[in-house]
Amino acid sequence: MAIKVFKNFFKRIFTGLFKGKKDIKLGFYGPPNAGKTSLANRICKDFTGEEIGSVSKIPHETRSVQFKEKVEIEYKGKKMTFKMIDTPGIATKIDYEDFLKYKVGKKEARIRAKEATQGVIESIKWLDDMNVVVIVLDSTQNPYNQVNITIIGNLVARKIPVLIVANKIDLKKSDVKKIESAFPEYEVVGISARKGENLEEFYESVFKLAKKVK
Amino acid sequence: MKKKRENRKLKKIKGFTMQFLPYSEIKNLDSDERIKKILKIVLGNSILILQGKLKPEEESRLIGDTMAMIEHVPNFKGIELAVIAGNGNEGFFGKIKHNIVNTLSGGEIGAITIIGPATIVKEIKRDPKKIELMLNK
Repeated sequence: MAIKVFKNFFKRIFTGLFKGKKDIKLGFYGPPNAGKTSLANRICKDFTGEEIGSVSKIPHETRSVQFKEKVEIEYKGKKMTFKMIDTPGIATKIDYEDFLKYKVGKKEARIRAKEATQGVIESIKWLDDMNVVVIVLDSTQNPYNQVNITIIGNLVARKIPVLIVANKIDLKKSDVKKIESAFPEYEVVGISARKGENLEEFYESVFKLAKKVK
Repeated sequence: MKKKRENRKLKKIKGFTMQFLPYSEIKNLDSDERIKKILKIVLGNSILILQGKLKPEEESRLIGDTMAMIEHVPNFKGIELAVIAGNGNEGFFGKIKHNIVNTLSGGEIGAITIIGPATIVKEIKRDPKKIELMLNK
């Protein structure tokens, strides 16, 4: 009888604990065309077999927030379940004429620009809802961009753990050290989302960061 | 000939003004009023040089409001924004001094914020040691 009571007591405690545990919301932020969706796709494909969104050379391909629930990432025998949130690139200016360079028609370019502005607003609104954020930067570009600093400043103010990813290390112009020196207070992991390079180090850093979530 | 070329150059830079806003002008304003004031200057086709810097949440709000305005204000394509501040490597006593000055002034007055309309400012190139303002032709 005493054993049964004891068993039920523990069962209730543990069930309650796991019921209350929600998936960690992992957000992908950064400027347009840095490779946020490419990285999110790579992870989703590896662990669920499905992609999260489409990628393109044209900036602002992702114009609304995209999700993938229950993505269980396994790394060195450990498992963690995430809700992946891929956000539109944050920019301070959007000109429909910029899309014309990519052979997009005028009408489509205008629609794309309008959707892109709404996407930026949506990305900013979602900042409050993240548990962990991966900032994806293009390592071939100058990291001293105010948008990057603004995103990081907002995450720090909200006490959200941040990991900086220097993407596109497979390209000749890639300079991970420049990103490291621009953000010396943060961990920077160089990867190639397109080619799947150095993802092991990335997963290790994500797990480390996820443990900081209260 | 040389004189003619100089005159042509002068004509080219005739389309915008630069406005300096001391921190005291926004110190007692709430976030709404600060952003409204900044956008009013930028929408007037001026490049704003602001003493100090906005809070991170004000900066993201400014970006959000800018995006909302692109749709509603004809020929407005957004802004270029850059903050020039200390790199945080001033050492322990330097940091204390920095914090005292900020507390007394009520804001980070050691920084400078540059905000310009994207139609005029093509790009603000930043490197750790220099800042370049590239204007549209």
